[in-house]
Amino acid sequence: MSVRRLSPNQPTSFTFQPQTLEKAKWWIAKFPAGRQQSAVIPILWLIQKQDGWVSEPAIRLVAEMLGMARIRVLEVATFYTMFMLEPVGSVALVQVCGTTPCQLRGSESLMAVCKRKIGAKDHLSADGKFTWQEVECLGACANAPMAAINDYYYEDLTPESFEALLDDFAAGKAPAPGSAVKRQGSSPEGGPLTLFDPALYDGSAAKPLKKIPNAAPKVTAKTEPTA
Amino acid sequence: MVGILEDKDRIFTNLYGLHDFGLEGAKRRGAWNGVREILSQSPEWICDQVKNSGLRGRGGAGFGTGLKWTFMPKQESERPHYLVVNADESEPGTCKDREILRNDPHLLIEGCLIASYAIRAHTCYIYIRGEYVFERERLEAAIKQAYEAKLIGKGNVHGWDFDLHVTHGGGAYICGDETALMESLEGKKGQPRLKPPFPAGAGIYGCPTTINNVETIATVGAILRRGAEWFAGFGRPNNTGTKLMAISGHVNRPCVVEETMSIPLRQLLEDHCGGIRGGWGNLKAIIPGGSSVPMITAEMAETALMDFDSLREMRSGLGTAAVIVMDKDADIVKSIARLSYFYKHESCGQCTPCREGTGWMWRVMERMVTGEAEMAEIDMLLDVASQVEGHTICGLGDAAAWPIQGLFRHFRHEVEDRITQYRAGRPHVQGATLVAAE
Repeated sequence: MSVRRLSPNQPTSFTFQPQTLEKAKWWIAKFPAGRQQSAVIPILWLIQKQDGWVSEPAIRLVAEMLGMARIRVLEVATFYTMFMLEPVGSVALVQVCGTTPCQLRGSESLMAVCKRKIGAKDHLSADGKFTWQEVECLGACANAPMAAINDYYYEDLTPESFEALLDDFAAGKAPAPGSAVKRQGSSPEGGPLTLFDPALYDGSAAKPLKKIPNAAPKVTAKTEPTA
Repeated sequence: MVGILEDKDRIFTNLYGLHDFGLEGAKRRGAWNGVREILSQSPEWICDQVKNSGLRGRGGAGFGTGLKWTFMPKQESERPHYLVVNADESEPGTCKDREILRNDPHLLIEGCLIASYAIRAHTCYIYIRGEYVFERERLEAAIKQAYEAKLIGKGNVHGWDFDLHVTHGGGAYICGDETALMESLEGKKGQPRLKPPFPAGAGIYGCPTTINNVETIATVGAILRRGAEWFAGFGRPNNTGTKLMAISGHVNRPCVVEETMSIPLRQLLEDHCGGIRGGWGNLKAIIPGGSSVPMITAEMAETALMDFDSLREMRSGLGTAAVIVMDKDADIVKSIARLSYFYKHESCGQCTPCREGTGWMWRVMERMVTGEAEMAEIDMLLDVASQVEGHTICGLGDAAAWPIQGLFRHFRHEVEDRITQYRAGRPHVQGATLVAAE
């Protein structure tokens, strides 16, 4: 378990921006009536998108909005590690994957870059622009090592390309996510070795099927009781 | 030819995102073809076909998919049925569902409709891990297209009213466990539930629920279109079909690839990944199925087949077919210690053996990395691991114990050497205790 607490410095209030509120209502509508609690994680996430982090007044407001006890929302906010409980860098939140598949391919050298350029783990940088974290497996292991910067994945990094990436962010640019070595998705480096057959893509697979294999001869609504 | 599987037999034809992920492109590649005819068959027929195909759950446990569907009540009562798709892909090494979600989402959507019909559900939730923001955007866009084309939704062209919603998590590995996922979907902490009741009896909102992995569901459409026998023709009996395999770590070219089940592990690595870094002789160990399964040695990897039975015989497992390769440059003790940290970090804290045990095991493992330990602590560690294993509500306790057990099963001598070396030349007082695990 990771111990997570609310920040000691909290704002006095939280207000939804209109588009956040609209999106929150869209989430609530996805769930059956009376089950609006299901939207708590997406709504906390929207709040984080709006403010950069989840504050205590926001938690209170979400509890009211969803008819939940405040402690239940607090539980969710502290249980799920994607919720930032204190302000993060204004330019970028850098999350370097440190789990074994990335570690085997050099994530420690990426973290060394972070330490040098940004500072201590889990803290705002001196200029307030960056925060970096070591996170657990982000599920892009075939493109290791990788980091998620402001939600999007930057893959196949080296200390050099990663440093250039951070410089771009610091300079106010928005580098395109994806592979730093221009790999096509998760195909092997140098290009895919499979999926060359043109028949897969010429539309022949879309021709109506003559018959569904093994189709039952007579199709009627089943009436006999089943075991 | 590369590997065993031919291009014409691949299900995931846009695996690398070279083509349009949207509805038009997906239809050209065969998605949604024949779905109306499939839904004109009975739900029992669909379950039977999926059973005959031998499809086993692709999320790690490998439970028969068709059989799982038959556990659902045969008649709908006042409690609606639900299908939940587990897209909370967080097992270290595993990155296959991501490719489906971002590049072939329509195969998943079509599978959701078919599976929902088979279990008589009118609503499906796809629970995607929170970090997959891009993948979620792609999936939402594809679902919107499907709604607009009236392929799903109320009064759709297939004649089975069906609503599909995406929801997401907040970065908790534990939510990949089906009961924890249900808790999370209900807006709570992701702490697993005791079974029974099983989800087919009481799942989300207390209603009958079936939970399947993304890859399982996305495969169903192709199986029914091409026939159960076609799918069953790949791999060995009881291990049939094709499977997405993700290879990471010390190979020359890591990748995700669709292959037949039971492909020899060595062939998989050499054909698709350009072999081990520094040649096959440089191989040290392989974790063949995602971080939770015990590792196998280079000698075992020579003969291992990528299927459930072959790897189980080697006291490992297929899991999610996420192959993590470690060559001789890798510090395997450190690699496993990092996994121990992962499990410590991701334990939900509900069961004492796991909450306390994962932290304890990690702290001892960290000392094993440097050798700063007592010899007797190896057995103590294995003893603790065996006491965590099997004594928790969900599988996380087991998953935390197995990598450690696998390490000591094959490489105990290496840890012993480290301890000996650490002590050599250092003053040592007999009986002195080291910073103990508390």
